[in-house]
Amino acid sequence: MSTFKLLCRAWLLGLTSGLTVTGSLADNSNFNVEPAALGQPMNADEIASLPQHVFADGAGLPPGQGTAQAGEVLYTEHCASCHGSQGQGGRAVELVGDRELLATEFPDRGIAVYWPYAPTLFEYVYRSMPPDKPASWQADELYSIIAHVLVLNALIEPETVVNAQLLSTIVMPNVDGFRTVGR
Amino acid sequence: MRRPYASVLSPVGQLNKQHAEPVGPAGLIGRRRFLQGGGALLAGSAMAGHAVAQEPASWSRPGLAFSNYGQPADDQITAIRWISENPAVPGDGVSWTPLHELEGTITPNGLHFERHHNGVPQLDASQWSVAIHGLTDRALRFDLEALHRYPMQSRIGFLECGGNSNTLWHPHPVQAAAGHLHGLVSGCEWTGVPLSVLLDEAGLDPDAQWVIADGLDASGVTVSLPIAKCLDDVLVALYQNGEALRPENGYPVRLFVPGWEGIVNIKWLRSLQLSAKPLWSKFDTVSYTDLHADGIAERMTFEMGVKSVITSPSPGQRWSSSGVYEVRGLAWSGAGTVQRVDVSADGGSNWAQAILQEPVLDKALTRFRIPWQWDGSAQTLLSRAVDSAGQVQPSRAALLEAKGGNAYHHYNATVSWQVAESGVITHVYL
Repeated sequence: MSTFKLLCRAWLLGLTSGLTVTGSLADNSNFNVEPAALGQPMNADEIASLPQHVFADGAGLPPGQGTAQAGEVLYTEHCASCHGSQGQGGRAVELVGDRELLATEFPDRGIAVYWPYAPTLFEYVYRSMPPDKPASWQADELYSIIAHVLVLNALIEPETVVNAQLLSTIVMPNVDGFRTVGR
Repeated sequence: MRRPYASVLSPVGQLNKQHAEPVGPAGLIGRRRFLQGGGALLAGSAMAGHAVAQEPASWSRPGLAFSNYGQPADDQITAIRWISENPAVPGDGVSWTPLHELEGTITPNGLHFERHHNGVPQLDASQWSVAIHGLTDRALRFDLEALHRYPMQSRIGFLECGGNSNTLWHPHPVQAAAGHLHGLVSGCEWTGVPLSVLLDEAGLDPDAQWVIADGLDASGVTVSLPIAKCLDDVLVALYQNGEALRPENGYPVRLFVPGWEGIVNIKWLRSLQLSAKPLWSKFDTVSYTDLHADGIAERMTFEMGVKSVITSPSPGQRWSSSGVYEVRGLAWSGAGTVQRVDVSADGGSNWAQAILQEPVLDKALTRFRIPWQWDGSAQTLLSRAVDSAGQVQPSRAALLEAKGGNAYHHYNATVSWQVAESGVITHVYL
């Protein structure tokens, strides 16, 4: 018999033997058990080392501070080419707009126009901007850039020191501008 | 193992080597050489006595070799994802599933739509893990090896970007193929571990009302998901149509959130933090929110509405003659199953019920088909889906009346294709 035919015969034998029921169905106590608990417990240090989310009320904002004066320099270098020198937008969305246009055919979407919470800016800009090197800001740099953007939006005075406490207390103009649909 | 196999086939091997090359265009040269040299084998050929038979050339030429991973036929050059990138940020953009090139309800993995905010991260799966922490009895980390030992579930479901079809908010109908207008939706079988199983193991604090999920890519996409959905049917997905997730669809692990807008189906999953409050991230409040005419925006608009679109014919095609055509399309709803799809060929005056291809599955793409006799006159085709929750796909006018023109997301109005007398198919508004 050729090797090929031998292989075929062995394969068929394997198929038919699989149809033979052996053993007792009663002997199944190791089946249908609860899933194993395989999650690795994280200790306090590991939990503390997780990147912090920044909540709308400011929880999670890191220590540090900045001013618009320092922020303008950073903004001009890293942000203006896409968002415009005054935040008016360009290749990327506008950061400054006219809130009066929100209920018109051509609404603006600036920060004071649309964003309901100021602390949200911190995590978003940290994680997403600039697109070619996100998650690289120092906290003081980021507070400074946010200070500059908030000044452009006329939300704070030019000399205001921006930190976690300040961001948490700003009441954004559009805070009540949302209907929450799904929960 | 090659040697004994070759010895079994040695007569044919000799034949091919001596007589079967080259093969003529109609197969005749090859066949004549076959007659000269292969008499012993000819006795079994039913066509041996027919001198005029036009045998396929491919009969007399061994085919291509095996492949480690199969690819579409060489001529399938149009069944591809079209890409639209942000020129300033190439990793920010979309690619569309070519719905008009496909049939059935399962999207091939290489054609699943993409929406990335800053590119596809290259991840080492052996180093991957997800942390479940926050308002839990214990913080836990799960790696891939662990996840593979959990009980898995599969479900077939659609995944649709909240911004799918958003060119139709434009006041004039954009001329593009069905997939390039509506192809930010795909259908797959997703397999993974129910998120509820992992949350149970971590132990939920009674105040844990939200799951804050984010990924390992460079976009910062972070969303807040209500706990009820997470305990209901969310999968921590590892497989897509039977194979490991594709990198562009979240490899090694993503969330699959049945029926809900794509943005919350976090890819490249990193962390799940249980919280009493939503994060109200930028993606919860600014992106993926729908600004209405009154200046108020809707947020957490998770569920995708009932929707259908005709995928054949599609704008850009041209029918060469009048006669019978099968009108085909897809319907789906984030609220349940597609109950029926009606099709009109006269711009919505009269409707006929299309045939739904079984199985009709919960929160899954459903194929509908209906034959249509085109008499050669200008006509307008459109489809209208009804779901198991009783929702009826709105007309464009009704959608604009309800949402205004600035919502940008969740466009689910009926879609109309005009068949001109010339047979050319175009996108029209009614």
